[in-house]
Amino acid sequence: MIKQIITLATLVIIEALHTRFFMIIFAFLLTGFGIVSFVGQIAIIETVAYQSSLLAAFLRLSAIYIISLFVIVSMVNEFNNNAIHLWLSLPMKRATYLIGKFSGFMLIACIIAILFGLSLFILVPYSQAGLWTFSLFCELLIIAALSLLCVFTFHNTIQALSAVIAFYILARSIYSIQLVAQNLLNSSQSWSDYFIAKFIYLLSIILPNLEQFTQSDWLTYYSGEIIDLLQITAQTIIYVILLISMSMFDLYRKNL
Amino acid sequence: MNRKQRSLTAVPKKIIVTLVLILTLQITWNHYLPSFPAKIEHLTTPPQLELLQILSLGDNIVGSKLLMLWLQAFDSQSGQFLSYRQFDYDTLRIWLKRILQLDPKSQYPLLAASHFYSMVNDTTKKKQMLNFVYKQFFIDPDNRWQWLAHASLIAKHRLKDLPLALKYAQAIAAHSSENMPFWAKEMQIFILEDMGELEQVRLIVGGMFANGQITELNEIKYFNEKLENLENLENLENLENLEKQLGRVIK
Repeated sequence: MIKQIITLATLVIIEALHTRFFMIIFAFLLTGFGIVSFVGQIAIIETVAYQSSLLAAFLRLSAIYIISLFVIVSMVNEFNNNAIHLWLSLPMKRATYLIGKFSGFMLIACIIAILFGLSLFILVPYSQAGLWTFSLFCELLIIAALSLLCVFTFHNTIQALSAVIAFYILARSIYSIQLVAQNLLNSSQSWSDYFIAKFIYLLSIILPNLEQFTQSDWLTYYSGEIIDLLQITAQTIIYVILLISMSMFDLYRKNL
Repeated sequence: MNRKQRSLTAVPKKIIVTLVLILTLQITWNHYLPSFPAKIEHLTTPPQLELLQILSLGDNIVGSKLLMLWLQAFDSQSGQFLSYRQFDYDTLRIWLKRILQLDPKSQYPLLAASHFYSMVNDTTKKKQMLNFVYKQFFIDPDNRWQWLAHASLIAKHRLKDLPLALKYAQAIAAHSSENMPFWAKEMQIFILEDMGELEQVRLIVGGMFANGQITELNEIKYFNEKLENLENLENLENLENLEKQLGRVIK
C-alpha cells in the first residue's frame, strides 16, 4: 500500500514538472518582487511592513489559485483520459488511490509554501516568516483536499473551481460576516432575520476559520506566537481529515 | 503527439495577410482614437467598516495598506495633480479613520494627516486634519503622541494659534508615559511662555520638580535657570509697577 501511495505521489510530481507548473511559481515570485520594489518606492514610512504584507497577500492568493487549479485540472484529466479507470482496475483500494493522489498534491503544496515563504525571509524575522510559511502550507492542504472533493462531486473544471473560490472567500470572511450579522440581525425580531443569523452561525462552525491562517499581522507587527501554530495545526488536521473522508465517501459510491 | 510544429508555409497566405492587416488596424485604431477627456474624480464617502472588513477577506491589515496607498495617490489623477484644497476634508477624514480602524497599529494615516493633508492652504481644512490627529491620539497615546506633537507645532508656527497648540501640548502632557521624551511632555511650558502665562509656567515647572518628573542634571539646571528668569521678570514687572505708583504719589 505504501509503495502504491509513493508511486502515485511521484506521478503527481512528474505531472507538475511536465506541465511546467514551477515556471508559473517563479513567474508569481518575480511579480511579487516587482510589487515589493514598487511599494518600496511609494510608501513613505512603514515601508517594510507595507512590502511584506502586500507581498504576502499576493503570494497567498497566487498559491491558492495555482494549487486549486492544478488539483482540479489534474483530476479532471484523470477522468477524461480514463486513467482513473486504469488505476482502479489494478489491485488497489480506492482509499489508497485517493491518499496517493493527495500525498502528491501535499508535496506540491509543500514546495509552493517553501518557495513563497523563502521570499519573505528577506523582509521579516525568521520566526515570523517560518510561521507564515507553515500556515500557508496548512491553508494549501485544506484547499487541495477541498479541490479534490469538488472534482469528485462536479467532474467539471469550471464548477469545481467556482466552488473552491466560493468556499475560500466565505471561509476567509465568515468571521466579519458573523460580526455584521450579530450587529444587524440581533436587534431584529423577524423570523427571517433569526434564520439568517442562525444560518450564518452554522456556516461559521462548519467552515474552517481561515482568517486565523497566514496573518499579515505576524509579518507587519511580529505578533505570531506558538499558540497560533498549534491552533492552525489542529484546525488543519481536523479539516483535512474531514474533507478526505468526504472525498472517500464520494469515491466509494461512484460507479467506476 | 509530435511536438515539432509544421513549417510556416503550411499556413495559408490569406491567414497571414489577414493577421498582419488586422494587427495594423488595431494599432492604428487605438493610436488615432480620441483620448477620453481627463475627468477629475472626487472622494466619495467610504463604505462602512464592516463592509471593508468583509472585502479585505479577513486580512484587515492588507486592506488598510492598500486603501492608504490608494488614498495617498488620489491627488494624482489622469496625469494631473489635484491640490489638497480640492479635497473634501470631511470625507478625507472618514477615509483616514476607516484605514486606522482596519489597522489600529498603523502610523501611516496619522503621518498623512499631520504632515501632508495639514499642509493645505486653507485654515479650516488644516484645523480639521489637526483635530483628527487630536481625536485619534486618545485611542493610543503611547504610540500616537508624535503626530499630535507635530500638530501642536503646526498650530503654533503655521496657524499662529497658540491656544490650539497649547490644547494639543496639554493633551500630550496629561497622557504622558515613560516612553515619551521629555521635550514632548514639556511642550506646553514653552507655549505658555510664548503666551505670556508666566505664572502658569512657574506652577507647572514647580509641579514637575515636586513630582520628581525632572530628574536629569541638565534639565534640573535648565529649569532652575528658567524659574530664576521668571522670578527676575516678575521682580522687574513689580519694580516697574512700583515706579509707576511712586511717580503718581510724587505728582
